[in-house]
Amino acid sequence: MSNGNKEVLTGHQVVANAMRQVEPDVVAAYPITPQSEIVEYFSQYVADGKVDSEVITVESEHSAMSACVGSAAAGARTMTATASQGLALMMEIVYIAASMRTPIVMAVANRALSGPINIHCDHSDSMAARDSGVIQLYGEDAQEAYEFTLMAQRLAESEDVLLPVMVTLDGFTLTHTAQVAELLPDRAVSDFVGEYDARYPLLDVENPTTQGPFDMPDYYFEHKLQQVEAMENVSDRFLEVQEEFNDLSGSSYDGLFETYKLEDADYAVVILGSTAGTAKVVVDELREKGKKVGLLKPWLFRPFPGEEIKDVLVDKEAVAILDRSLSFGSSGPLYLEVSSALSDGDTKPRLYNYTYGLGGRDIKEDQIAGVFEDLENPDLEDKMRYIGARQ
Amino acid sequence: MKEIRWHGRGGQGAKTASQLLADINLQEGKFVQSFPEYGPERSGAPIRAYNRVSDEKIRVHSGVDEPEVVAVVDPTLLQAANPTEGLSEDGVLLVNTPKSPDEVKDETGFTGEVLTIDATQIAEDAGSGYANVPMLGALVSVLGTDYEVAEAEVDKALSKKLPDEIVEMNLQAFKVGYETLS
Repeated sequence: MSNGNKEVLTGHQVVANAMRQVEPDVVAAYPITPQSEIVEYFSQYVADGKVDSEVITVESEHSAMSACVGSAAAGARTMTATASQGLALMMEIVYIAASMRTPIVMAVANRALSGPINIHCDHSDSMAARDSGVIQLYGEDAQEAYEFTLMAQRLAESEDVLLPVMVTLDGFTLTHTAQVAELLPDRAVSDFVGEYDARYPLLDVENPTTQGPFDMPDYYFEHKLQQVEAMENVSDRFLEVQEEFNDLSGSSYDGLFETYKLEDADYAVVILGSTAGTAKVVVDELREKGKKVGLLKPWLFRPFPGEEIKDVLVDKEAVAILDRSLSFGSSGPLYLEVSSALSDGDTKPRLYNYTYGLGGRDIKEDQIAGVFEDLENPDLEDKMRYIGARQ
Repeated sequence: MKEIRWHGRGGQGAKTASQLLADINLQEGKFVQSFPEYGPERSGAPIRAYNRVSDEKIRVHSGVDEPEVVAVVDPTLLQAANPTEGLSEDGVLLVNTPKSPDEVKDETGFTGEVLTIDATQIAEDAGSGYANVPMLGALVSVLGTDYEVAEAEVDKALSKKLPDEIVEMNLQAFKVGYETLS
């Protein structure tokens, strides 16, 4: 018996292979757990002559993203990867990368922000970047992380988008777990991503441009609105890229989020990343017991597909939104988005916010089953619940 | 789906054995996960690694709390690492030790199936020196994996990293490990 072209690969390995197959001109990165091995593998591919990219080793993530912005502005296809404190240190330049419309693709191995210092998974790092102007994709497993990294390239470089894309994968849970994944042939990927032809490369001295200058009150506002417009184009472009990718790979991406047994469900959970996989197992178990439960997993978090999500959630009885990060003094980031999307309807489901998995706290099937059980209670109090935390 | 837990000490190759097992299971047409438990990683400190093996796509991403099989690569961990934690009486405890299964039962209080193999001695006899590979041989034997499939995968994986001579020693240790419990 054989498993076709399937291999046992870690999240690190699939992302590094996606980068190898994309063959960017430049990768500038600084190591940080749990991202390091992505760049280690990639650097090995460069050293072994398997990919012709320039790897710039820098002294910090701030410099990594600065080098990426310079490289992308020069017209080079540019990638990086980081996590947690690295993304936090990079943040100043992440905003600049977005505002300069540099189509940089970056992997983020989700890890809790300090403090206390912690190397394990939650989404506080990427959520801190949600207002930076980057597109954000969240993957459930190594296969999605691989495929999103490839699709991200096309999405970032779409002419009416030209924005950085962040592809997140849960630290350790996906980065360090060897799992079954299937890579596309190198040639198929290079055909899919094609040649990158920068529109206004800084190195085109025949057609000089000014990039990243000071902006006075008379134009800053309009430049920000150009970013707004670019973000508005993302959903359509993502769907187009998905279609092309499906033709290539036999995948079945068909939207801005995945739904699982949601259509006829009365009760639903909304959840990002790898825990959606665990929740699907719970949905299957509860379905076998006759419970009408389902799941919604956003692939795209920025821009947030609020309208589309409203359409599929509005008729539900109750919905739990599970956040893996905090916004101190407010509700969780994912809850706020879903709640906002559903705010203008005449009727809407009862909505509840749960926080789980901070700093790598494990979340079990029975805990997710407990969330579904909560939802069946019409008198459930509307307050934040912290799954598995000592209180 | 079967869940397996490895106990070893940092540097003994329990994580490597876990990953090799995943490679072998894939060759059998299975879906797999292999992941170590990450804490402060130090040579000699107790570590755990896990495998999931299934005929279906594995979606669950939580930790393994109730393994069906536990493989203890370092005999001193019987005392130091509570290897029977979460292991049901229907489960299997496979231990690298010169002791008999009854002695291990007495030592651990575990009343389910206990299998013992002197993997350290096997590795020494073969010249490879690492008990993880004969333990892997013993484990795939317990799991009912075809020897040829498993051996080919171990050969392939080790050959990427090690010189031929060392690979041969390990394959010998793997074989003895497999045969001891088959």
